[in-house]
Amino acid sequence: MSAQLAGEPDAGSPAGPAAGAATGRGVGQWAFFVGRKLLRLVVSLLILVTATFIMVHLIPGDPVLAALGDQATPQLIALRRHELGLDLSLPAQYFHYLQGVVTGDFGRSIVTDAPVSQLLATKFPNTLGLAIPAFVLVVLIALPVGLLTAIRTRGGRGRVTRTLFVNITGLLNSIPDYVLATLLSLIFVVAIKAFPAAGNGTAASYVLPVAALVVGPAASLSRIVRVEALKVLDAEYIRAAKARRLPTLLRYWRHVLPNMLTASLTFGGMILAGLIAGTVLVENVFGWPGVGTVIAQAVIQKDYPLIQGILLVLGATVLILNMIVDFVLGVLDPRSRMGAH
Amino acid sequence: MTEVARKPRRFPLSTAIPLALLLLFVFLSIAGPWLWGTDAETSNVAVADQGISSAHWMGTDDLGRDVLARTLVATRSSLVLAVLATIVGGCAGVALGLLSAVSRRLGRLIDGAIGLLLAFPALLLAIFFAVLFGIGSVGSVLAVGAAFAPGFARITQTLTASVISKEYVEASRVLGKRPLYLTFRHILPNIGEPVILYSTIHIGTAVLALSGLSFLGLGVQPPSYDWGRLLNEGLTRIYTNPGVGIAPSIAIVLAGLTFNMVGERLSDILGGRTAAPPKLPSKQRGLDPAPARAETTGTTGELVEVRNLRVVYHTVDGVTTPVRDVSFSIAPGEKVGIVGESGSGKSMTASAVARLIDTPGRVEARTLRFLDADLLGHGTEVDRHLGRNMSVVFQDPGEALNPAIKIGTHLVEPSVIHQREPKPAARRKAIKALGSVAISDPARRFRQHQHELSGGMKQRVCIAIGLMGEARLIIADEPTTALDVTVQRQILRLINDIGEMTGAGLLFISHDIAVVSELCDRILVMYAGFVVEEARTADVFTSPAHPYTAMLLAASPDMDTDKSRQLPTIDGRMPGPGVDLPGCYFAARCPRADVTCTESAPPLRTLAEGHRVACWHPLTGAGAAGDDELTGVEAKI
Repeated sequence: MSAQLAGEPDAGSPAGPAAGAATGRGVGQWAFFVGRKLLRLVVSLLILVTATFIMVHLIPGDPVLAALGDQATPQLIALRRHELGLDLSLPAQYFHYLQGVVTGDFGRSIVTDAPVSQLLATKFPNTLGLAIPAFVLVVLIALPVGLLTAIRTRGGRGRVTRTLFVNITGLLNSIPDYVLATLLSLIFVVAIKAFPAAGNGTAASYVLPVAALVVGPAASLSRIVRVEALKVLDAEYIRAAKARRLPTLLRYWRHVLPNMLTASLTFGGMILAGLIAGTVLVENVFGWPGVGTVIAQAVIQKDYPLIQGILLVLGATVLILNMIVDFVLGVLDPRSRMGAH
Repeated sequence: MTEVARKPRRFPLSTAIPLALLLLFVFLSIAGPWLWGTDAETSNVAVADQGISSAHWMGTDDLGRDVLARTLVATRSSLVLAVLATIVGGCAGVALGLLSAVSRRLGRLIDGAIGLLLAFPALLLAIFFAVLFGIGSVGSVLAVGAAFAPGFARITQTLTASVISKEYVEASRVLGKRPLYLTFRHILPNIGEPVILYSTIHIGTAVLALSGLSFLGLGVQPPSYDWGRLLNEGLTRIYTNPGVGIAPSIAIVLAGLTFNMVGERLSDILGGRTAAPPKLPSKQRGLDPAPARAETTGTTGELVEVRNLRVVYHTVDGVTTPVRDVSFSIAPGEKVGIVGESGSGKSMTASAVARLIDTPGRVEARTLRFLDADLLGHGTEVDRHLGRNMSVVFQDPGEALNPAIKIGTHLVEPSVIHQREPKPAARRKAIKALGSVAISDPARRFRQHQHELSGGMKQRVCIAIGLMGEARLIIADEPTTALDVTVQRQILRLINDIGEMTGAGLLFISHDIAVVSELCDRILVMYAGFVVEEARTADVFTSPAHPYTAMLLAASPDMDTDKSRQLPTIDGRMPGPGVDLPGCYFAARCPRADVTCTESAPPLRTLAEGHRVACWHPLTGAGAAGDDELTGVEAKI
């Protein structure tokens, strides 16, 4: 078998004869890829910080006056202004703000005078505690459902399945999470009394908020997964895998799944970001002690340092999630490391 | 909606339901406050916080106002604000998108900003802008509009990019037309339709977003109310009256759904598609077994035996038969080639032998056997058998190798599964196999992905996969068509050498009779799903019997061809797989055809030992074998 058949190897193979050079290039490619993504994250974070800083200065009127109301004494207003550094020049304020953000000091709430960072430290984990289990469930539901529907509706088969799938996911997808949360609490809290109405005291209290968050994203992700899976199932390499008589499950698991992950994951990242925002609404339905219940109140009370802090944390989470998705894609799909986007 | 009106005959449910709902919402927005305004606004503490009753279908709120009336009245504010927000977002987004497309320098900046903004969930942006613009109706409309702008900008960019590259825009540019002129004369009219479509779908999203803001208390402020505000106020009282939660919830969901459906229908109609494709009268033909022409008793000891193979596709558009009647056999170690132009059914025949015809395709045959396995049967045993003994090489090696999987895995997998080999042993064998198809540095290639290999090398990998088992048959379907000319010959030689080395039989598919003749012992010529001639390679060249074979030979250049003269081409077109003819399918293109040819189908008859032809008027060997069927038919030459 070791006899060299058919003579010379092809000329013009892209990798060339030097194996060491190729490996070196691979490492360089990775470093470049990671470096570019990190730079992008830093720039985005800087823009985010600047945007939240500018926000306060773009608001018409004096934010302190707006927050404390007309009854506040001039002394108190001057004190708060000084505390917030509003009596400094604009560049000095910006520098001060940046310094604070970097050192984890987000200032103090105008209304309660409590440190914003302390509030975030107690509330934000609860928000993540809703969003992360919800995301895991979305993926665990959408991948198999989308893939199985794709298999059943491949090549114009299963028209009934297709119609049912498209319509049901379409319907579920157009119920906003806060409406679903309200309806769920009507049914399971008010009517059946199966779950606690509010708070995050017990494991059971996670069920309804997570369910409200999961349904819509799971429906839309499973639609994406189905379309992606249909593309992959039609690919010649799946036929080739079939020609090698690989067992059906292995074919789907090892040959179909990795190839449909790229688009699904890109969309999955957006869904996770959306879940972070979605908790804001759902938390308000279930009185969940996360940042969502705080931010609505803060906006109404014009508690700007608090709003800034929450927007910064939520925004930074979204940006970091995006970068993680990019990294995972880079590992799964070597080609995505080379392209610009 | 004019398109809908134009086709009154077909008014399917998928159009009628969204249209009816849309009209309902428009009606409620206009008439709602007049009809139920007093019920909605008049407080009557005597009936406060009542549950669902016949007087108050959705109960009453804390001031005794009817919840259903309030929900119906709120339609106007909810929808008007949503439309306004969409207009704000649309105008801002389209302007941004156009700006980035027209001015190069500004474009990159805006492009980056849009990319960044799109990364954030709309609700987060909306809260940010709600802080900026202040809470209340105006603030929330501006906030939702601003949150939508990046999406509109991106779609405008995409659309504009495709318009700008069009010729007439290029021409205007060359003529020195100003960017503003370009924008209004060429770009806006062309992107208008899709942008409006996108807006329609976005009205639904805007309803949800605005209601969300109001629900948080950041949107419409009392005493005004929209659905989100009603839900916000009702949430604390759903224990006393579920109606305060149910009514606005239903309204929000229904509105979102309606605008989604209307948008989808609009895009279907504008895109020229209809929901229900017209059902073509499917030409249901009898599915009785293929006509028993040229019947031969099953021979034993053959590697492959195919008798009266038919491949039928049942689709919504009707029934097609790409393979109509094919019979042949391959002896162990024999190399058989199938030639024919595209659509002749040669690849389908190979797929049927490889058991790769997928639904809605169906394989029917009197016999379809590989070694001792019945390929018409089912079961994992057959698959294991094929996995070990049959190897398939596809046309485009770039497509046949999985981009997400290492080269090595392609080789190791079948060994581990079908031969139950331990992984390390399979890996050693795989590297050896890669070496024996002349791949340099096989250990490194083993770890690479397909995009790191050249086309020829990929095809070598595909051939090497066949070396992992004890392949008794290699099926190669146009294995060199996708490759460079210089590499083609190497691959052909490799396939030949592998065959010699392993003693495997070969089923080689090609449109090129010259390529097939170099490699194969025997040639089958296929036309319109039939085998029209079958002969030893030498006989095909010296005495082609079917006029089609002769034409194929004449159309194929060889060493003796006079290069200064044009190659003859075959006029006319082959009947497609959906056509059903009573006679010879080649008759329309055949110079020798007569009435017999168009009226009755020629059977595949034996002319000489190993030489068969399906023709009423063969070019050679008429009556040579003394075939009974031939008597009475004079071959005209």
